[in-house]
Amino acid sequence: MGIRFVLLVNKQGQTRLAQYYAEHLTLDERRALEGEIVRKCLARTEQQCSFVEHRNYKIVYRRYASLFFLVGVDNDEQMEYTYCGSFTHGRSKQFSSVIAYVAMGAVVDVIAYVNELAILEFIHLFVETMDRHFGNVCELDIMFHLEKAHFMLEEMVMNGCIVETSKSNILAPIQLMEKAS
Amino acid sequence: MNPFSSGTRLRDMIKAIRACKTAAEERAVVRKECAAIRSSISENDQDYSHRNIAKLMFIHMLGYPTHFGQMECLKLIASAGFPEKRIGYLGLMLLLDERQEVLMLVTNSLKQDLGHTNQYIVGLALCALGNICSAEMARDLAPEVERLLLTRDPNIKKKAALCSIRIIRKVPDLAENFSSPATSLLKEKHHGVLIAGVQLCTDLCKVSEDASNHLRKNCTEGLVRILKDICNSPYAPEYDIAGITDPFLHIRVLRLLRMLGHGDADTSEYINDILAQVASKTESNKNAGNAILYECVETIMGIEATSGLRVLAINILGRFLSNRDNNIRYVALNMLMKAISVDSQAVQRHRTTILECVKDSDASIRKRALELVFLLVNDTNAKPLTKELIDYLEVSDQDFKGDLTSKICSIIEKFSQEKKWYIDQMVKVLSLAGNYVKDNVWHALIVAISNAPDLQGYSVRSLYKAFQLSSEQVSLVQVTIWCIGEYGEMLVNNVGVLQVEEPMTVTESDAVDVLESCLTHHSTDITTQSMCLIALLKLSSRFPPSSGRVKEIITTHIGSVVLELQQRAIEFNSIIQRHQNIKSSLVERMPVLDESTFISKRAGSSQANISTEKSNQQLPSGASLKLSNGVAKPAASPLVDLLDLSLDDTPVPTSTSNDFLHDLLDVGLTNSSSSASGTDILMDLLSIGTPVQSNTTPENGSSIKGFNDILPIAKPNTATVQVVDLLDGLASNGSHPGAQSPVHPSITAYQSSTLKITFSFTKQPDKPQVTQIHATFMNLSSEAYTDFIFQAAVPKFIQLHLDPANSNHLPASGNGRITQTFTITNTQHGQKPLAMRIRIAYKVSNQERLEQGQINNFPPGL
Repeated sequence: MGIRFVLLVNKQGQTRLAQYYAEHLTLDERRALEGEIVRKCLARTEQQCSFVEHRNYKIVYRRYASLFFLVGVDNDEQMEYTYCGSFTHGRSKQFSSVIAYVAMGAVVDVIAYVNELAILEFIHLFVETMDRHFGNVCELDIMFHLEKAHFMLEEMVMNGCIVETSKSNILAPIQLMEKAS
Repeated sequence: MNPFSSGTRLRDMIKAIRACKTAAEERAVVRKECAAIRSSISENDQDYSHRNIAKLMFIHMLGYPTHFGQMECLKLIASAGFPEKRIGYLGLMLLLDERQEVLMLVTNSLKQDLGHTNQYIVGLALCALGNICSAEMARDLAPEVERLLLTRDPNIKKKAALCSIRIIRKVPDLAENFSSPATSLLKEKHHGVLIAGVQLCTDLCKVSEDASNHLRKNCTEGLVRILKDICNSPYAPEYDIAGITDPFLHIRVLRLLRMLGHGDADTSEYINDILAQVASKTESNKNAGNAILYECVETIMGIEATSGLRVLAINILGRFLSNRDNNIRYVALNMLMKAISVDSQAVQRHRTTILECVKDSDASIRKRALELVFLLVNDTNAKPLTKELIDYLEVSDQDFKGDLTSKICSIIEKFSQEKKWYIDQMVKVLSLAGNYVKDNVWHALIVAISNAPDLQGYSVRSLYKAFQLSSEQVSLVQVTIWCIGEYGEMLVNNVGVLQVEEPMTVTESDAVDVLESCLTHHSTDITTQSMCLIALLKLSSRFPPSSGRVKEIITTHIGSVVLELQQRAIEFNSIIQRHQNIKSSLVERMPVLDESTFISKRAGSSQANISTEKSNQQLPSGASLKLSNGVAKPAASPLVDLLDLSLDDTPVPTSTSNDFLHDLLDVGLTNSSSSASGTDILMDLLSIGTPVQSNTTPENGSSIKGFNDILPIAKPNTATVQVVDLLDGLASNGSHPGAQSPVHPSITAYQSSTLKITFSFTKQPDKPQVTQIHATFMNLSSEAYTDFIFQAAVPKFIQLHLDPANSNHLPASGNGRITQTFTITNTQHGQKPLAMRIRIAYKVSNQERLEQGQINNFPPGL
């Protein structure tokens, strides 16, 4: 459930920030995953929707100038359950029933799913927060202050759940630390 | 000293990395840096350890190994200063995860920091614990977290709440300790605490029934109040997004309300008003508003809402669907898929719009829409929808054709009420996208044609016509060849012409032309060529005048370099030359293919595929070894693979499998003695033995597979039994099936007033991922059920295979049982538990009934 990873990638596909939650990937798996996702998302046009399904994830992404913000959320417990039924013998009143079939079935799922639109809003909040701190944030700010970007993310998301949505609350500890040093 | 400004070395490193033009340069820079960091660590250089971790974080982000910095993080955490701790914890969360042993060492530091007087340090520890704690740490530190939930500081409270989520997910037994503190969190004013508290409650509901009842009783009112407050609150600059106060909190509360209201009429009634208010008052011109509406509709669909509220929700969906923003349309399609089980009529109204979305230029939207259309198909609209989809198939994107084709094929198979329609549609699909049609789909078509004596002439003629227009589609070509071989005389003599058909004249030599052109076409694969040879042989008996020409064509392949073709050509040639007297009886028309055998075989072969994949996963290098070593020492795995093939081929009993292998090898060896290129042929032979899915040498194998799938009648009854037998042997690697012992207790998977389902489990010790489930269905009502169908659905990481049930009739009051066996493969065994949704359809005195449910009580370890 919730957010599985947050990735920041530039137009060239280079990773600028990567944070995984409860996701056990080896380095190789991580690189492969990032490569696949980035290729898939960067190839899309502005007009296409901001959601891409990849492996077990649904990726919600948004582009800000040369930076892509990609958030991966769980797709697997979504409603994409495949109903697989094989008919019992002797039920061939209809010709079609001789063919074992696999049908997609939908069940109302009350919990496990994500609100893609809210994730988009979350990305925007993250960008605005960085904007407030760095003042017109750009790729270099994030590169050279990677730890601060992480601190902010840490204040906003814990274990894949959103924990704080007020920009000043998010920035308070970071500003305190700057003042102290 | 602030390490971020001390020295510019972190900056320098980043600059150096940025300046790299190639990946090789970057690797060199990183290697140098890593070496420096290692030596600095080994010299125990305290001043720089802070900066080292910052650098390692960057290096880790770039995707290089950084494990040597793990201990350094622990040291930083144990140090006294806040900045050191800060970066230490960050490093811990990035460079380590819960699987590492090192993590145990940090438990003590965490415990100390959780009791620290500085709220920020406590916050750090909570955050780290919440992100990476393992089950053992959760048990050790749960009391501390519980205590922190009751402190006054909102920043600590919210983090403790999220930390608790991780803890109860790791150790669900601890849930009850958290349920009353969680309830009190909902009385807070601070949004951060509220949002974290609501999420904690949501998770509590998931893990424990008691907690969810407790929350339903005590919290519903509070949650409604929270929602009311934020809905009506005046402008709050801190939490405002596009004129809406804290949409994130809105969404979280709505989600928890959905859980509480699900299946509970009283709660649902209680929250009706507030949902109506949110649904009607929220502005829908901004993304934030739409996100709330989306969630609200979801909640309305999930609870026992009044019909008025449902109408409101469906109207919102309609608005979304006609929105010009692709994102909104995407979520609308998503929601409609869920709404379909609540109110399928309402969704049907949007059918035309949804169909338009299938043709959208955006792949994500297309995919969703196609799935939705598939759900919308029913007996009444199947024909027009299929027509629309087939029309679109012609112009669709190449990469979408695969998905689209398989969906169209399943619609056609599922909803066809008359054979002629089925054949017509299949011919259309085959000629438009024959290259994307799966083998079993066109095999099914052949079975169907062979079972429809009055349509055989019609079929062969339509296939012939279609072939003239699109001879590039492999599966169309194959079906056409088979039909011409079987029903060639019907094509030529216009047997059984239907009224709708246009008259056409095809001569014998036209029919032979088709086969000859296929046989000689450069792109034809071996399967097709072999099929051509058989068809030609058949025609030589059906069209005696063309027999000479057929013989010529066959003779040209006597020297074929492909063993399969050569063998067929030689044998067929000798039949034509020397065995004229028995030829006509040899090549009689195929007996009618048995449809029910075909289904079970089809089901069986899909299982075989799964297990082949499995055995290959376990022996990744097996495939290459097999070719080189197969002759000298046929190890267990090639044997298994050979057997795998034999499932589809010859019904060889398991006991003689060794002989089978020897036979195969014998043939190879005999051949090698007579031929100069003997080894190559031997290789060929052996490559027949390699599993069908190995793409490097698929031709021989698949040709045989193809034929035998078509010719399953050899021993229709024994074949299926043996599939199972062989598989058993395969699964347990030769050990006796009786050796499996049930290690998991049986469960009552589902019980309603009318139906009870119990599951018992068997597992083979060497395959922890695979579980066999034996389901028993019992009728608790006083009326008998007919047409009983059980369906099951599993998340994507689980593979499910259902065997047919022993009956579809369930006598009343538990006087009889249906049993059904299925096999489940949990690809994430040990990480994720099994979960399953079930749907049971049956008829009671001709009235259709449907029950569905979710099974969560699987014994652990499956």
